[in-house]
Amino acid sequence: MNGYVTKRMLHSLISMMGLIILVFFLSRLTGNPSDLYLPIDTPADVRAAFSQAHGFDDPMIVQFGHFLANLVHLDFGSSMRLERPALNLVLEAFPVSLTLAVLAMALALVIAIVAGSLAARSPNGVLDRFINVISLCGASVPNFWLALVSVLVFAVWMRWLPTSGMGGPEYWVLPVIVLAVRPCGLLAQVVRGSMISALSSAYVKTARAKGVSQRVIVFVHALRNAMLPIITVAGDQASGMINGAVVVEVIFGLPGIGRLMMESIQYRDFAVIQAGVILTACAIFLLNIAIDLAYALLDPRIKHA
Amino acid sequence: MTMTAPPIAMTEPSLWRQSLGLLWRDKFAFVAVLFLLLVVFAALFGSTIFGQSATRINLAARNAPPMSMHLGWHYVLGADSLGRSILARIAVGTRNTMMVAGLSVIASLLIGSLLGFIAGYRADWTTGVIMRVADVLMSFPSLLLAMIVLYVLGAGIANLVLVLAITRIPIYLRTTRAEVLEIRERTFVVAAKVMGASPLRLVWRHIRPTVTPTLVTIATLEFAFVMLSESSLSFLGLGIQAPEFTWGAMVAQGQSYLGTAWWVAFWPGLAITLTAMSLNLVANWLRIVTDPVQRWRLEARSSSNGGGNE
Repeated sequence: MNGYVTKRMLHSLISMMGLIILVFFLSRLTGNPSDLYLPIDTPADVRAAFSQAHGFDDPMIVQFGHFLANLVHLDFGSSMRLERPALNLVLEAFPVSLTLAVLAMALALVIAIVAGSLAARSPNGVLDRFINVISLCGASVPNFWLALVSVLVFAVWMRWLPTSGMGGPEYWVLPVIVLAVRPCGLLAQVVRGSMISALSSAYVKTARAKGVSQRVIVFVHALRNAMLPIITVAGDQASGMINGAVVVEVIFGLPGIGRLMMESIQYRDFAVIQAGVILTACAIFLLNIAIDLAYALLDPRIKHA
Repeated sequence: MTMTAPPIAMTEPSLWRQSLGLLWRDKFAFVAVLFLLLVVFAALFGSTIFGQSATRINLAARNAPPMSMHLGWHYVLGADSLGRSILARIAVGTRNTMMVAGLSVIASLLIGSLLGFIAGYRADWTTGVIMRVADVLMSFPSLLLAMIVLYVLGAGIANLVLVLAITRIPIYLRTTRAEVLEIRERTFVVAAKVMGASPLRLVWRHIRPTVTPTLVTIATLEFAFVMLSESSLSFLGLGIQAPEFTWGAMVAQGQSYLGTAWWVAFWPGLAITLTAMSLNLVANWLRIVTDPVQRWRLEARSSSNGGGNE
């Protein structure tokens, strides 16, 4: 187990390094941002001074060296657009995205497990086919479109919920539901599949023979063993939630990581892009460790492997 | 005795007819295939049928609501802010939408599976390098990565295809590798190896045919995923640029008229949803048909229909 963790850490570190290099040089390729920040009629010497102050004149490799050196003591540089430390901006945006993702994932998991288990109770039955089609439908809806349609129906026509912005819990209802729909549809399919195979196994037959009630069989005996593939897919979906979060945050005006990144890309705000990418990658790394631990918890055999 | 009926049933129909029969038994998949054929038809002939009314500005029809039949049947889904028929634009936009998704899927399928065969068959440093690069790509949300790359390279069809293809390579790579690792230990592969088959022949003639069904299923699913990613990017303004358009770009264009003319954003989004859903249904069906155990179940189910079973 220990060797395994060390190996995983090493691999993640290599991935992270690759990502940092990729993002650093990619964002530098967009050109010198001084054109974007200075008026067109700026004299050449002011322009040069601006470039020098931000270090754009140095060779790429020197800039990268500076960047790495600063990174070691957690200095991500400061945002040129907002003139504040990049790390602070990212840390302020992070809780918003995290809340959004956690709520959406929880909602998706609960609905998917209940619906998938119900469907697996009688494969190819009426309920199963109904749930199958509904979950496929959920997995196929583009979330930006769903966001727009839900704003139209529940905010513009019905006036039940606010269209966008931050505030009380009512501001979170639509974004969370919209973000949960696709993972929920995909997860319901996975739950159904792994529940069907768990329910046809020998230990479930034994439990049946002992006279254990159907509910206990489904939710205690089978679900625990069906959880492994569910967790794998849920983990994948959780890191992919950032994808959906970009769109949802832009449409609903939530000040999260996705919107911050979108704006920073538009304004070539290198420092914020780098800080955002690295922190997101760290969060996904922690998530993967949590998933590994969950595996070991659910299936003791993995510990010894 | 009981030898009267079997001879007719024993004659094996051609593979084509067999799969057609299986398709007919799954009504959802059948409808999905019909819808996808309609989409392919629109992609091929959409611009010849509707070419004019998709781009012609008609201020008399500005934001015409759906069912504005007095303006002509083209306006059955309404018109956008410049009076262009939405039905015509959806039909013409099909080609770009399908082309971007199709090219990306083909590119990542070819590159990903090739690398997967290499990483599955060889056990030296090349495998390590390939897997670490895949890890880098997988360790980060693909849309965010695509946003950064597209902003650097500039938006456009070619770059869009490139980005979408690269971010999806790891899926094929990992699947192919996992399958190859398992298949190469099977008896028939080992036997071929013992008989002196070259590595190339082993992979091409013995391993590849077993992996292909899985890859086809994944590619179908990925087509839906890539189409949704493309439309998200186009919606955010980083995808396809005017005057070219895809369904995603049409939704983006309709966003500002949501309160006054909901249909501008609604119909293209519905087209995306229905196409993605059809692809998912077909992938689901493919998975069942290519899996011998499940396929047997499907066939058994339909033959027992007469017995009053559900």
